[in-house]
Amino acid sequence: MADPGAARRSRGEAPAPRGQSPRAAGGRGSASLDNLIHHRIRLGIVSALAAVESLTFNEIKALLETTDGNLSVHARKLEEADYVTCTKTFDGRRPRTEYRLTPVGRRELTRYLSHMEALIRATRDTLRR
Amino acid sequence: MVPSGAGHEPISESSTLHARAMADLRFIRETMASASAFSAFSGWGLILIGGVATACGLVAARQPTRLRWLMAWVAAAGVSAVIGALSTARKTRTARQPLIPGPASKFALSLAPAVVSGALLTGALERAERFDLLPGMWLLLYGAGLVAAGAWSVRVVPVIGATFMGLGAVGLLLPLPWSNWLLIAGFGGLHVAFGVIVGRKHGG
Repeated sequence: MADPGAARRSRGEAPAPRGQSPRAAGGRGSASLDNLIHHRIRLGIVSALAAVESLTFNEIKALLETTDGNLSVHARKLEEADYVTCTKTFDGRRPRTEYRLTPVGRRELTRYLSHMEALIRATRDTLRR
Repeated sequence: MVPSGAGHEPISESSTLHARAMADLRFIRETMASASAFSAFSGWGLILIGGVATACGLVAARQPTRLRWLMAWVAAAGVSAVIGALSTARKTRTARQPLIPGPASKFALSLAPAVVSGALLTGALERAERFDLLPGMWLLLYGAGLVAAGAWSVRVVPVIGATFMGLGAVGLLLPLPWSNWLLIAGFGGLHVAFGVIVGRKHGG
């Protein structure tokens, strides 16, 4: 089985201890970008979960138009960083995997949004000069 | 990386970053709007509306005059509108979606023209004493409204709308006593059936 943390480590990032976001664990400055969220699929998962209380695996898959394998790899990375929680139950005989955004994930998405807004503001200032 | 002192290049790099940031913000906004569409439509609300419509339809069938039959269905429409608004508001609140313009309001705005048209035509047809056309017209317009509003909700909503339109087309051909049962089948049965589907597949 593939190590879900391998991609992060290959970029020189240490895996964050459980309960602590990579930003907090890595001690990166507030101006740096959260690479965990920056990836399009992971950004989609976190954004979708910020809008609702919870979503199932199949709902996220349909929403982001991605594959089972791709979604499960990226959802696992978010789960390991404590950005999302995953609950597995049964709906009759069918397994049901449900994801929720954690307070850490919500805070990191807010930070990411602030970062993007700051980037836009800074660019506008540069263009005005 | 573009050197900071390279003429116009820092602006070009800024423009690229700006475009990327804008694209990211747009992606976040669209994803949140789509995700909330999964849950804003309340299955339990639909089941309740179906129950109210069935009860009112049975009461309407026993009315001695066509005007009182009409009043029974108008009352059902009023109660159903309140149930629909409250159940959607409750589900939207549960979903905690303060950062985006509510898909529920977009849904209501898309449904409204068909509902308003239905109300105006009801008045006109009542004055012309063409009660026989009312059930088919109601079902058709409600279905058309749902097909339009379905763009802001789960995929099953346009299907519900198309089913209502099919029933409406049949309703235009039937005499009033028969089409009252068609109204019960549509506003009662279809709401309950699709409410169960929405409730099971889209979180309540």
